[in-house]
Amino acid sequence: MSGTISLRQMQTGRKAIIVAIRTEGELGRRLRDLGLIPGAELEVLGRAPLQDPVALRLNGFTLSLRNNEADLISVRPL
Amino acid sequence: MPMSALFSAESRPLTIALAGNPNSGKSTVFNHYTGARQHVANYPGITVEIKEGFAKTRGKERIRILDLPGAYALTAYSQDELVARRGLTLDPPDAVIGVLNAGALERHLYLAVQIMELGLPLVLALNMYDEAQTQGLEINIPRLSELLELPVFPTVARQGLGLNEALEAGALAAEASRAGKGKAPLILSYGPDLDALLEELCLILEKSAPLAGFPDAYPRRWIAVKCLENDAEILTLLQRGNPALAEEIRSKTTEAARHLKLTSGTDPESLIADYRYGFISSLLRREVLRSKEDPRQRRRFSENLDKILTHRLLGPILLLAALYGMYKITFGLGQIPTGWLENFFALLREAAAEHLPEGALKSLILSGILAGVGGVLSFVPLILIIFILISILEDSGYMARAAYMLDRIFRAFGLHGSSVMPYIISGGIAGGCAVPGVLAARTLRSPREKLGTILTLPLMVCGAKLPLFLLLTAAFFPEDATLVMLILSLLAWTTALLAAKILRLTLIRGAPTPFVMELPPYRLPTLFGVLIHSLERVWHYIKKAGTLILAISVLVWAGMTYPAPPEESAATYAVRLAVLEETCSALPEKEEETRARLRKELTQAKNELNSLTLAHSWAGRLGAGLEPLTAPLGFDWRVNIALLGGLGAKEVIVSTLGTAYSLDAADPGGSLPLQQRLKRDPGWNRATAAGLMIFVLLYSPCFATLAVLRQESGHAGWAVFSLLFNTLLAGGAAAAARSLLMYWGI
Repeated sequence: MSGTISLRQMQTGRKAIIVAIRTEGELGRRLRDLGLIPGAELEVLGRAPLQDPVALRLNGFTLSLRNNEADLISVRPL
Repeated sequence: MPMSALFSAESRPLTIALAGNPNSGKSTVFNHYTGARQHVANYPGITVEIKEGFAKTRGKERIRILDLPGAYALTAYSQDELVARRGLTLDPPDAVIGVLNAGALERHLYLAVQIMELGLPLVLALNMYDEAQTQGLEINIPRLSELLELPVFPTVARQGLGLNEALEAGALAAEASRAGKGKAPLILSYGPDLDALLEELCLILEKSAPLAGFPDAYPRRWIAVKCLENDAEILTLLQRGNPALAEEIRSKTTEAARHLKLTSGTDPESLIADYRYGFISSLLRREVLRSKEDPRQRRRFSENLDKILTHRLLGPILLLAALYGMYKITFGLGQIPTGWLENFFALLREAAAEHLPEGALKSLILSGILAGVGGVLSFVPLILIIFILISILEDSGYMARAAYMLDRIFRAFGLHGSSVMPYIISGGIAGGCAVPGVLAARTLRSPREKLGTILTLPLMVCGAKLPLFLLLTAAFFPEDATLVMLILSLLAWTTALLAAKILRLTLIRGAPTPFVMELPPYRLPTLFGVLIHSLERVWHYIKKAGTLILAISVLVWAGMTYPAPPEESAATYAVRLAVLEETCSALPEKEEETRARLRKELTQAKNELNSLTLAHSWAGRLGAGLEPLTAPLGFDWRVNIALLGGLGAKEVIVSTLGTAYSLDAADPGGSLPLQQRLKRDPGWNRATAAGLMIFVLLYSPCFATLAVLRQESGHAGWAVFSLLFNTLLAGGAAAAARSLLMYWGI
């Protein structure tokens, strides 16, 4: 799909729609439980002082994940 | 009244479980219902706590309330979630009150829907309703209630709004389900492919009913869905109960998974989650949830605060300041009541010394019980303050930010951002305690990171190590006391992190656990919540002092008292003591000087006897036997005894040294404080003192910590490992430090 990038590449303050999550097993389960599913809209709120993890806003709450987890999530910037 | 007692004994009270995501305000709801009438329910075999309490409805009915651990879903990802799920399934409550954050309804309904799939009667409390309103959300509650076919209430738990109504509705639902008029499980459609398969699985499960290993309460379809979701616990249960059935089901689900992958590139788990979320979002779109004009106003407060508190430069500075502030407050404020308690126990000892008859009992009470337990209890104010501060940090949402900011550093050592809390509680800020620290590590998901954390946190500067550090710095480094304490703290952190890294590279190898964590909005903690939380932890500590430490103090006392010294030398002392006392009391009133001299002689004789007893005792012999091992560290038999006693509880080290050094040639009066006696002892110098401090910092955790280590790691082997590994580490580090200091001539 054109215009799809990984979540890690997103700049702070930008919004995007999740296109796909390329992971299975426990991590996939955790991400889904927290509402990270294809079609969900998110906004990158910021990064920790050492640039990792990243903080996201999703569906009315804030969550954080590490860059190597963000790699597994492809998004389409809005 | 006997009648009512009989009645209540016969019918067990209705049970309502509180379920909800972390940060939904569930604990506040629980505290409101049960007040202080709550305790940790004992569920055998599990380490995460389920709290239990009792509430009364308007009709004066007593209801048992269970507070399940916070869970995002019933997929059993973390230990907390597994326990929450077991609380709902193994011994199902009569009804559930689902506590939801009204401001994040979509995600919070995800858990509620899964509870409905389980077929448990559910009442929804849309909590923090006021916040949702100020965020511009409009929730049509009657509509939501109608669509889900269950009672829904807006609540504000901090102010107690709506909670009684929710409880009444919960009680009604519970009564109905007791009477066999429960609700049928919610049946969600997971799309044509999976629905057909689920029906097939249900038939297979039905065929072999009753299912071995499953309570009847499990709806068949729920089990079928869990099998499709590849749920480890359910699959294991099936396998254990009926291997042939498990095999049959597994072949069906793997086939379905393969097919799905081919046709749509997805897996059953994702598809099921998609349909669940789809159900929720279509539900909310049916005139349930409307967001007024400006949704950007929402949560702006927390986000703006985060811009400062997690700022690249300001964030870490403020974090350090917060930690330093905690340290300052704890010790600045804590000193005062600690002093009172110490004085109180000193008075108690004086009174006991005066009024109790001489003999073994007096010695037991004075040296065993009062010295041991009193020393431990004097830490209660410090612990209370530190837990209050930690509760505030936790409840306000700042602790999650600390984990977020520090994750990158902790990950470098094979740990997790969430390790910061257990580390700090254990003494990352000097003065903690490893026992609650190990327990706090329960929030860590991965067994490996959890193990890495709990095995290294006993290396921190716990409160019980402090008295010895204070004693030795005062005696040998009086000018550099602050510097020495700082070095010890830094040494603790460095050693712990390096040890964690080594462990994670060797014994507990494995990939890091994901850091997917919610950053809850900042909130002002409630006084009641903070107090309940802290008092509970302090009570645990007091219980430990009253039981374990009491037992160890008595053991240590016995070890240091028996066997008694040979009779002839004891008899010589007895005669000498009697003569001295008699002369003393026979003196005419005016002879003050002679009296003082005699008194000194008397004390010295007593001390000599004590020391003789000690040297002759089991502990003394053991300490002497260990001298060859500890010679490179410069520890003599007296230090060895103290260190052995410290295995029971580190507080014991100082009091044991006190007894062991009662005899000192340089101090014939025996009136000098221990600090001065050590300073004058030719066997002591700064290098030895530094070595001892390092040894005490790092050597084996105390028995209480070893016990929780065993419990939390699930293996006694790890406790034994911790004992040996830490002691060897301590020996090596202390010997190296001592030689270095001697070489430099410090």
